[in-house]
Amino acid sequence: MYPENTMAEQLNGAAILIRSLEHENVEMIFGVPGGAILQAYDELYSSPIRHILARHEQGGGHMASGYAHATGRVGVTFATSGPGATNLITPLADAYMDSIPVVAITAQVRSTSIGLDAFQETHTWGISMPVTKHNYLITDIDEIPSTIREAFHVASTGRPGPVLVDITKDALADAMPWRGPAEIDLPGYKPSVKGHSRQVKVAIDAILQSARPVLYAGGGVIRAEASDELRQFAEQHELPVVTTLMARGAIPDSHPLTLGMSGMHGNYTATTAIQQSDLLITVGARFDDRVTGDPKFFAPHAKVIHVDVDPAEIGKIRQVEIPIVGDARAVLDQLIEESATRLQEGGATDRSEWSATVAGWQRDFPLACTQDPEGLIQQQYVIDEISKRTDDATIAVAGVGQHQMWASQFWNFEKPNTWINSGGLGTMGYAVPAAVGAQAGMPDTTVIAIDGDGCFQMTFQELITAAEENIPVKIVVLNNANLGMVRQWQKLFYDDRYSATELSYTNPNIPMLAEAMGCAGFRAETPADVIPTIEKGLAVTDRPVVMEFVCDPDAMVFPMVVAGGSNDEVLMGPEDLK
Amino acid sequence: MNQHLITVTVENKPGVLARIASMFARRDFNIHSLAVGPTEDPERSRVTMVVDGPEMEQIVKQLYKLIHTIKVTEHLPGEAVEREIMLVRVNADPKRRSEILDAANIFDATAVDVGASTIAFEVVGEPSRLSDFLEFMKTYGIVSLVKSGRIALAKDAKSQSRKHKQTA
Repeated sequence: MYPENTMAEQLNGAAILIRSLEHENVEMIFGVPGGAILQAYDELYSSPIRHILARHEQGGGHMASGYAHATGRVGVTFATSGPGATNLITPLADAYMDSIPVVAITAQVRSTSIGLDAFQETHTWGISMPVTKHNYLITDIDEIPSTIREAFHVASTGRPGPVLVDITKDALADAMPWRGPAEIDLPGYKPSVKGHSRQVKVAIDAILQSARPVLYAGGGVIRAEASDELRQFAEQHELPVVTTLMARGAIPDSHPLTLGMSGMHGNYTATTAIQQSDLLITVGARFDDRVTGDPKFFAPHAKVIHVDVDPAEIGKIRQVEIPIVGDARAVLDQLIEESATRLQEGGATDRSEWSATVAGWQRDFPLACTQDPEGLIQQQYVIDEISKRTDDATIAVAGVGQHQMWASQFWNFEKPNTWINSGGLGTMGYAVPAAVGAQAGMPDTTVIAIDGDGCFQMTFQELITAAEENIPVKIVVLNNANLGMVRQWQKLFYDDRYSATELSYTNPNIPMLAEAMGCAGFRAETPADVIPTIEKGLAVTDRPVVMEFVCDPDAMVFPMVVAGGSNDEVLMGPEDLK
Repeated sequence: MNQHLITVTVENKPGVLARIASMFARRDFNIHSLAVGPTEDPERSRVTMVVDGPEMEQIVKQLYKLIHTIKVTEHLPGEAVEREIMLVRVNADPKRRSEILDAANIFDATAVDVGASTIAFEVVGEPSRLSDFLEFMKTYGIVSLVKSGRIALAKDAKSQSRKHKQTA
């Protein structure tokens, strides 16, 4: 602590910034320096905070997000003015869509140069506004301590999200006495925590009366660290649990009540259970179009309970009968407590028929993949074999596309925060840097990115960072020499016209590229190579590893609900498409 | 399309109007008119907006989501005193000048600039009075027109007019 005293040290703005970050218990920063932010980097040089030098600001931003996902802490990224800041826009938008707590510090040109089109000047505050939960422009050193406090508070409370703080070069260079961290003064920001007790009672009434309930859990459960509560509540009422993409791991896949993921590429049972339900108990989910298909046809018989910390999500897409605004964990606690009393009184509806129906779907429509030993490597098979060979704490990271969907389907998730992917924004190239950030934050945990060759080529340069910083992340590249998901749509909906989706199996040579970046590189070309390659890759722990699997370009992700279609029409394979 | 009158009390911080405007643009909401100014508290500003939309719930919730928003109030018809200022220049042939000035008098419009063939009026009042005046002056021909955004102040809960409007 730095108690206030009359002999307060005189510090420059950069030192005050770094000291403020130390007070927020920041342990590492992912970033790239530059002209305007030089002063801050000068102070960072003598700070105990670890700096991880990304090769591109986008990488630094996704690393901060991966770190936040894995650790539950606020991820911090630094970038300079102008292009440094604009390169951060994608990771900010990504973190905003997935409610990830990230604080981005960018430097700005001198306050006297703002508006004059100075070198590396850009209107960072304006550009970042629609992709951040909140943002700041500091032109006066005096505002640094309070703004940093507020930024961390806003990023990490309520519905978490990214906050950007843009600081002018002169504010970083000026000096003032250090008076310790400032107080937070945000009269308009008071997120709800506990739910309304009357609504909690009404919700339990509805659950007790429901014959076909489904608990629909979203990423809010993960962010609120409410997995134990979710499971407990589901068990109390024997509620089948469907999760969104973001909530994979919120309830163990091995749990008998788990149905898995629903929606566009969800499994048949999860999607259909929602469609047939008479009560949808929604916790921390937002009725995303990838979940609902056309909302007009989504869960048409269901009454909806919606628990969300963000009141604006309630009623945004789907009309809600029982809204409860509050933190997922706090509200689940209330629901559990209320249930305990009410269940003793009896009166729960018999649901044996519903359980039997759901179990029937699970039996008749399982997710499955078969690997022909003489055929091309199937991506699902690779994912399944890796998942089997890693422990429950292992963190899986994905980019966006077919590999991401297969990972969500075939990886076995047993714990929260073990699944990191770009859900809402769908950012190709997310996996490598996010995995590096996650591994940096969780050095004792195995972190494996499941990536596609298209995604990999967008951000692989961050493996240089990983090698330099001794971050032994493992990257699996499911190389189908195509932008696979786009190709799948071209195959299904555009008469096999493969416009601009073809990549190459050999260029780049991925194992050689990996070796060139200081990583170990392996390649599996036949099904027989798969398991030995996985074993070799997992055995390397002293540097990053890239395992390439030469896969089937025609493999497609199913089940599938056509974009904007009805979730009543789950296609189990291409033959179902009329 | 229905119009709704809302006042938004915000922290008096730089850029707060840009945040509101950006959010409206991003969420595809439409602002019909806008007036921003200081309040009794120098730390607060008040934004009065007339917004288009069949549905206000999302607009209000998204406004609250802005960190600098302190309070959002929707005024149902009759719940607030509403005022707007309009400056309007109308064609005024010298032969019809006195006729126009007589008419303006009925609307409490003040002539603020008289030219060779036009007169500019200032009209202050409830939005309906402004539109009535405008409708009337159309016969002579509107040359140019500018309106302030609407401002509103909630009526005292005990006031007669509110009771009257609510029971009406």
